[in-house]
Amino acid sequence: MTSVIHDIGYRHYDGPRLGRGYAVRSLFVHNLRAAYGLGRPAKAKIMPFLLFAIMLLPAAISVAITAFSASAGLGKSLPLIRYSAYAVYLQPLIAIFLAAQAPVLASRDLRFHVTPLYFSRPLSRLDYVLAKYGAVATALLILLATPVTIVFIGALATEQKHLDTHTVQFLAALGGCVIFALVLGGIGLVVAAFTPRRGFGVTAVMAVYLLSSAAVASVQGIAESQTRFGIARWAGLFTPFDLVDGVQVWALRLKQSAPEPPPSGLGGPVFTLACAAIVAGSLAILYLRFRKAGAQ
Amino acid sequence: MSIIATRGLGKQFPGVLALDELTIDIEPGVVGLVGANGAGKSTLIKILLGLLEPSRGQASVLGLDTVRESVKIRELVGYMPEHDCLPPDLSATEFIVHMARVSGLPATAARERSADTLRHVGLYEERYRPIGGYSTGMRQRVKLAQALVHDPKLVFLDEPTNGLDPAGREEMLALIKRIGGQFGISVLVTSHLLGELERVADHLVIIDGGRLLRSQAVATFTQASGVLAVEVEEDLDKLGHRLVEAGLRVHPDGRLLLIDIAGETTYDVVRDSVADLGLALVRMENRRHRIEEVFSA
Repeated sequence: MTSVIHDIGYRHYDGPRLGRGYAVRSLFVHNLRAAYGLGRPAKAKIMPFLLFAIMLLPAAISVAITAFSASAGLGKSLPLIRYSAYAVYLQPLIAIFLAAQAPVLASRDLRFHVTPLYFSRPLSRLDYVLAKYGAVATALLILLATPVTIVFIGALATEQKHLDTHTVQFLAALGGCVIFALVLGGIGLVVAAFTPRRGFGVTAVMAVYLLSSAAVASVQGIAESQTRFGIARWAGLFTPFDLVDGVQVWALRLKQSAPEPPPSGLGGPVFTLACAAIVAGSLAILYLRFRKAGAQ
Repeated sequence: MSIIATRGLGKQFPGVLALDELTIDIEPGVVGLVGANGAGKSTLIKILLGLLEPSRGQASVLGLDTVRESVKIRELVGYMPEHDCLPPDLSATEFIVHMARVSGLPATAARERSADTLRHVGLYEERYRPIGGYSTGMRQRVKLAQALVHDPKLVFLDEPTNGLDPAGREEMLALIKRIGGQFGISVLVTSHLLGELERVADHLVIIDGGRLLRSQAVATFTQASGVLAVEVEEDLDKLGHRLVEAGLRVHPDGRLLLIDIAGETTYDVVRDSVADLGLALVRMENRRHRIEEVFSA
């Protein structure tokens, strides 16, 4: 073996070209990996993996306590965390994850003008937006569904009573996780896509979450003190976690975890329509945002 | 077969007519697209990529219509934008592999072709480091690599020498020549510097204000102009008089005499006159047109 690098000349590629569907999948995978800092320097992995680990802690602790109380023969074992309540209880953590990682996906390509390279390939602008949205939603789904699944495995391992009910509740909660992922992902991407600098994006996503939560909580407090419970319940429409919990209660027949349930009667359908509108609206806004960017 | 053909192409932006009645046919090879900033070069490339729809007329690339078959076109062409377009936190290898996959190459082929292409553009060990730390020259190479990694039939290079130092410019021009020659990939390269493209292109398209000024082979721009340039060490005037007496049309031009070539005999007359006068002949050459004359004319 010699140390000379031989120039073997240019070789043409005559293998398969897998086209648009494959291009979209490749972009989806690339963005999903980026959401967890994979394929990037170690620094980019710290935040997502730290948040992911913290997210798992309550599930692990809950299972450990239940297992311990059962084995210690305390007579009545302590219940596990409710599957559908997990996202609502841990919402600040989820909001931080979204605030930290949505700008990585939404604004980096705009800030560094990478979009022309994508749009000069066999992708449409809608494909591009769908791949981004899918990646953010999947990243959130992994964050939300993993601890819920750990709790369910804990329920199976500690042989909880009524395992059939557990299974139904777990599956319904997974459905809830999908809705959470879609609604939160849409809001996070849209806010981040309009703030080209990452720091602003992080702040903007956090601000939307904190302001909406604070505003809704104070409206609900005032409304309840005046015994106007209808207003308190409708207020849940305006903060993403209460909104999706309302859909969990109405559409998935799960127990309420947010401070207020959705209003009876029209409440459930309106909350569900609002979620659908957020998903469709986010896609439309992102499409317009990136279409403009691609034409520059 | 034309690789690029446009018919009466026009693009109207609000308040600006970017392209106007542009009809061109371009054969395979290296094609230079020349024009001042704002002449419509980038707009033309975006229409050819199917990213902008023309307001009037039509265009085809590799025989495919830019409006109806743009996805197919984008599978077969590469594009290097003028401006910076690289994410700083990825390594060149990671980024080029990703771009190859988005162009439709399966995972294994994407890795192999990325390694090959980065080597061809001249990026070696540094390709594993994040792009954020690269020099302008290295970034231009990464931009070029992403345009070539899927082995396109045609690449659009928008101002590839922009921002490079003279040595970097030379290297980039040499690379472009290799892409068109050794690699066998047709190139449409834009520049606002004519002299640069004169050296690498086979064919030049010159546009100004969205309109076509010229479209012709470089060889015809620089063909013999029918003028003979003669330089002697001294007594230039004496030679001049002698040639006029011999019936030739002579124009002094600094240290040179420019002589209209009347026929094969002109060379003999000049040779004999120089010999008779006992002058030292420095050079005698056929004058070629320079492309810059297109603009001054």
